Amino acid sequence: MSAAGADTAPVLRVAIARKVYGAGGPEPVEAVRELSFQVTAGEIVCLIGPSGAGKTTTLRILLGLDRDFEGRIAPEPGGEGARLGMVFQEPRLLPWRSIEQNVRLALPRERRGRDLDDLFESLGLAPWRGRYPGALSLGMQRRVSLARALADEPRLLVLDEPFVSLDDAAAAGLRGLVTGAVERFGTSVLMVTHNVAEAIEIADRLLLLSARPARLIGEERLAVPRARRDRAFVEATRAALAARYPGVVAG
Amino acid sequence: MAEARRRVRPGAAAFAARLASLAILIGLWQLAASLADTRTLPGPLAVAAFIGREIESGGMLTNIGVTLTRVAVSFVIAMTLGVLLGVALGRSRLADRMLDTPLLVILNTPALVITVLAYVWLGLTETAAIVAVALNKLPNVAVIMREGARSIDPGLEEMARTYRMDRRTWAAHVLVPQLQPFAVAAARSGISLAWKIVLVVELIGRPNGVGFAINYYFQLFDVTAVIGYSVAFMSVMLAIDTLILQPIDAHVRRWR
Repeated sequence: MSAAGADTAPVLRVAIARKVYGAGGPEPVEAVRELSFQVTAGEIVCLIGPSGAGKTTTLRILLGLDRDFEGRIAPEPGGEGARLGMVFQEPRLLPWRSIEQNVRLALPRERRGRDLDDLFESLGLAPWRGRYPGALSLGMQRRVSLARALADEPRLLVLDEPFVSLDDAAAAGLRGLVTGAVERFGTSVLMVTHNVAEAIEIADRLLLLSARPARLIGEERLAVPRARRDRAFVEATRAALAARYPGVVAG
Repeated sequence: MAEARRRVRPGAAAFAARLASLAILIGLWQLAASLADTRTLPGPLAVAAFIGREIESGGMLTNIGVTLTRVAVSFVIAMTLGVLLGVALGRSRLADRMLDTPLLVILNTPALVITVLAYVWLGLTETAAIVAVALNKLPNVAVIMREGARSIDPGLEEMARTYRMDRRTWAAHVLVPQLQPFAVAAARSGISLAWKIVLVVELIGRPNGVGFAINYYFQLFDVTAVIGYSVAFMSVMLAIDTLILQPIDAHVRRWR
């Protein structure tokens, strides 16, 4: 299924000692404290925590969008070696460029002309390549955002609440596309969510975060293959987690 | 298909409404002129006859050409500098703090004062005329572009940084498309402002152009000629707006 158990070199190593907003100001807010984890090759890791726990802050740090923190991230955030594809919570497409251009413009200049037929085909976007994002539903726009993230064959795919405000069918469809991409390209996934059931369906490993300041309070490995995770399994796992981490997982 | 058909009809209807309102306006003018029956309010036919004569003699076309050139040169200068200044003001808080007051001062200096000072300092020259017009228009462009630069979507900025877009890609596909609607708005409001100021500048210190001609006929108390010149030049500016600026506007908004 995946290389979760294999002891390969991690594609991401995170060790954030501290992240404080408004440090030195009248009301400093500590967003993250002592948060360390790794993501290994081909693994799907879900970061779960209550809203406002500092999950998005953590993502911004590893994307290199926020450099004001204490700690170490490898590879260097925002650097050449990061090989990271990002799916933001909002699709963040350029509404004035076509779907195809949106995907290509995110590629470095020398690879912008590459063949993307397979990618568009596998995400069901082939008929839409020439359209503007405004013509697409939110679910389809998220697919474009996923295509953009996968176009440069990243080693790590980072997803920020990618299934929020989608109906069940659209969410399930997109989830299938993410796991499909992992299996096809061997990409690792780091996904942030507050939806525990969704995380249980998709993840190899769950990382549970406390309320602010975000700290790692638990780690759960899900050994059952994804294909065999039915509704009953998801419910049972959720109940077990709720019993063990009452602050993070609602009962 | 259905969408295209629906779009054509309101366009045609709008055009018809425009024509109708123009016809009513000319009708009212004719009515007022025949009721008043004085030399100070000539009817549309008299004005049209004057325009015809002036075009034939060549005087009007030369004057309109000269004025249009001044509008074009000062417009280009004011747009270029105004866009650069406005974007700098919108993106840098320091620049905004330093330049906000000077901008307000120029914005609130009467066009006449700027014009007179330009002529005094630079002499009664073409350069002074162009500088005066450009300086009058520049703050408006800068203020509109500042709004544009302030409204840039931070989410797209983060996206561009995350995907490590190079500067050229970012400028061409992320920054400029967000500024375009503001630039078009600045251009459309700016060109009408520019031509009004050009006339004043010509009236005060130029030996040719529409403003000069209007002043000349004003001194002869030839109202037909004054109205004739303004109607002719207004038509030219309206044509520029409809045939050049509006299509650009529509092109910039095509993805909406």
